[in-house]
Amino acid sequence: MTKTDKRAHEPLIHITKRNQIPWWKSWMIRAAAIILALVVGAIFVMLMTGYNPLQVYSAMLDGNFKSSRKFWMLLQNTSILLCISLAVTPAFKMRFWNTGAEGQVLVGALASAAMMFYVGDRLNNAVLIIVMLIASIAAGVIWAVLPAYFKAKWNTNETLFTLMMNYVAMQLVGFAIMIWVPSGSNVMGVINSKTESGWLPNVFGQKYLINILIVVAVTVLMFIYLRYSKHGYEIAVVGESENTAKYIGINVKRVIIRTMVLSGAVCGLAGFLLVSGTHHTVSKNIVGGMGFTAIMVSWLAKFNPILMVLTSGLIIFLQQGAGEIATQLALNESISDILTGIILFFIIGCEFFVHYKMNFRAKHGKD
Amino acid sequence: MSNVALRLDNITKVFGKIIANDSVNLTVYKGEILSLLGENGSGKTTLMNMISGIYFPDEGHIYIDDKEVVIRSPKDAFDYHVGMIHQHFKLVDVFSATENIILGLKETSRDASARVREISEKYGFDIDPDKKIYDMSVSEKQTVEIIKVLYRGADILILDEPTAVLTPQETKKLFDVLRKMRDDGKAIIIITHKLHEVMALSDRVTVLRRGENVGTVKTSETNEAELTEMMVGKKISLNIERSEPINPVTRLTVSHINCINREGVKVLDDVSFEARSGEILGIAGIAGSGQRELLEAIAGLQHIEDGSISYIDPDTGSSTELKDKTPLEIRELGVRFSFVPEDRLGMGLVGNMDIVDNMMLRSYRKGKSMFLHRKEPASLADEIIKNLEVVTPSANTPVRNLSGGNVQKVLVGREIASSPKVFMAAYPVRGLDINSSYMIYNLLNRQKESGVAVIFVGEDLDVLLELCDRILVIGSGHITGVVDGRTATKEEIGLLMTKTDGGHSDDKN
Repeated sequence: MTKTDKRAHEPLIHITKRNQIPWWKSWMIRAAAIILALVVGAIFVMLMTGYNPLQVYSAMLDGNFKSSRKFWMLLQNTSILLCISLAVTPAFKMRFWNTGAEGQVLVGALASAAMMFYVGDRLNNAVLIIVMLIASIAAGVIWAVLPAYFKAKWNTNETLFTLMMNYVAMQLVGFAIMIWVPSGSNVMGVINSKTESGWLPNVFGQKYLINILIVVAVTVLMFIYLRYSKHGYEIAVVGESENTAKYIGINVKRVIIRTMVLSGAVCGLAGFLLVSGTHHTVSKNIVGGMGFTAIMVSWLAKFNPILMVLTSGLIIFLQQGAGEIATQLALNESISDILTGIILFFIIGCEFFVHYKMNFRAKHGKD
Repeated sequence: MSNVALRLDNITKVFGKIIANDSVNLTVYKGEILSLLGENGSGKTTLMNMISGIYFPDEGHIYIDDKEVVIRSPKDAFDYHVGMIHQHFKLVDVFSATENIILGLKETSRDASARVREISEKYGFDIDPDKKIYDMSVSEKQTVEIIKVLYRGADILILDEPTAVLTPQETKKLFDVLRKMRDDGKAIIIITHKLHEVMALSDRVTVLRRGENVGTVKTSETNEAELTEMMVGKKISLNIERSEPINPVTRLTVSHINCINREGVKVLDDVSFEARSGEILGIAGIAGSGQRELLEAIAGLQHIEDGSISYIDPDTGSSTELKDKTPLEIRELGVRFSFVPEDRLGMGLVGNMDIVDNMMLRSYRKGKSMFLHRKEPASLADEIIKNLEVVTPSANTPVRNLSGGNVQKVLVGREIASSPKVFMAAYPVRGLDINSSYMIYNLLNRQKESGVAVIFVGEDLDVLLELCDRILVIGSGHITGVVDGRTATKEEIGLLMTKTDGGHSDDKN
């Protein structure tokens, strides 16, 4: 008699925190999430458009692997996104909310473009590229250090500060283009298209290979820096607990500024790669929101640079696939955006199941 | 109706691989005070949280007034007249006592004030219903919490370590109130670590060990030694050894320091004292009387307005001024301080880092290389795990996953490893079980014997009186007295703790 009573009252589900689960189990949960996301996406596509979901997914693969050009695009875009993600990682690991990567990359790109524009025909190509690189890094550093200095000195809110710096950077680019393009079209063409001075050279005949190699090197260096250097250790301590950092005598302000110098420098490098190694021009939208996507890439990978190769690759894969779906099936872009949304939702949402366990109401029938 | 207020029948609760409660049976009668005793991690709080609706049991049944009940939420618990007073108060600072008491109820504070007064008079609480929480002392806040559950009609009251934050006088007052409630027919469960309180207050004692109920005894038929044995599972000595200080010399002189905290409140007011080598200097006082700021000022973490703090080097005898120095500068001057702060995971350690990386906090700067050397800290970690019997899956486990006692062993172990000359510890045994506490006392004694000046901020006056050579009493930022640990009494210290004025005249001693 008490049992019937109990079943009526016991909650259907109660949620408890998991202690720790083996790594393979957490990866199984993540894999299951991706499969589930694909199934849900398929049902959604079928209901909304009537297309065979397999056709849709094969278009997604086509968008990334159909031609060698598309595959190189996948690698190239991944490497740029990865580079920006690596840049924001030390800041976020320190719990400094750098939402200004977009602007830091943009001023980096602008600095490179300016060097190409003004001194492109006066310097020899190797010297010019070095000058551009230095200018980009310096610009990124300035854009990152300003909010860091204000944070360290007057404890201003870095999220707002870095965010606003993005808009300043955009206006700067708009202003520069206005001066550089006399026609008033506000579109900057390819710079030095005849001389190709300031362009990163092709390696083994591949246009993007040098970008990719540079980012691979940065990835490895960042991994080592964060995990094995004293600086990386200090970043982790400051991020976890500022009180502990003070207690053991870390100069927190100095670490904040130093880390943002690094973050801005790598952003500047990404800007340089965008101009010198990719587009050979600059526009307000050259970063295209990657400064924000990078934040997600970094958090999804739990600040591990090696894992970030996977997460940035996944995001670009989804983006390119979505674009292809739209063109191949003559569907609205929105449907592919929704698919991307579904997949990301499942990937991020599954972390809940990695950390928590659902307990369903036990069946009392048997005992 | 029988006299049983609450009965737990085979309650089991599992967290991951850990069995927090294993088929626990427990009975509480109306009009009795039951003490729930057990070491850390023995499952006391988990068990009580299931009665108050915070956790849900995996197995077993709960009966209130002989009827089976299912408690899914704290609201359910209130409906069954169960009220829990948690260790950490859950009050809104800017509200008055009455506003907090009726929070979430559909009542106006005017009617409520009258009932609050009525309840206060009935049980002898001393409270102003219109006083704001931020103006209240810890003991007053606790009173508000108790009235809150009584107001909601609780007949079964659970108190989780209620005396941890009280002075002896306040504790006595609380016990008087609890006895009155018992005489009024309420069932009271009190969780505590302090054996003498168990003996003084309760009618029966239930002891938990590793999640199991190892027995219930009548208080009148037992003694502290027996209870300890039940709790720990073996006989242990409850005496703290205290050796005579060997040739004490002044190691640290604090003179006339004043300190104003971030809110602009004067937290240290003309504090002067000295700490000597080979001696344990205890600091007693109500929580928040300036103990934290005092230790942090010495460690270079708290800015002081004026006064001086000087360290006397044992080898050269030269004195070094530490005022306005950062912790790093203090270290670079060759001053060998160790500091076990009150906030272990928020200041002393990094919770998400493993034991090895936490060992490195003190030593990572060594050497010119820009890379870390994990070899030495790794062997130090292994050594501490072995010598201090730290229970951990490995040295690579994040310290956040360790139990309170083991976290503290890691912290104290690391601080001792830097072979300090001055060792400061703030509440080093707070929340620790008997075994771990005695290990910490022993470690402090070893430090003292090797000639270190030990400064120990404690809350349990019995322990302070057993362990310390001299005891400094602090009240609202004043030094209200310095007593001899061997001759002073608890009452004497308790009075000094609450003394708010006249502190200056004592400074001349």
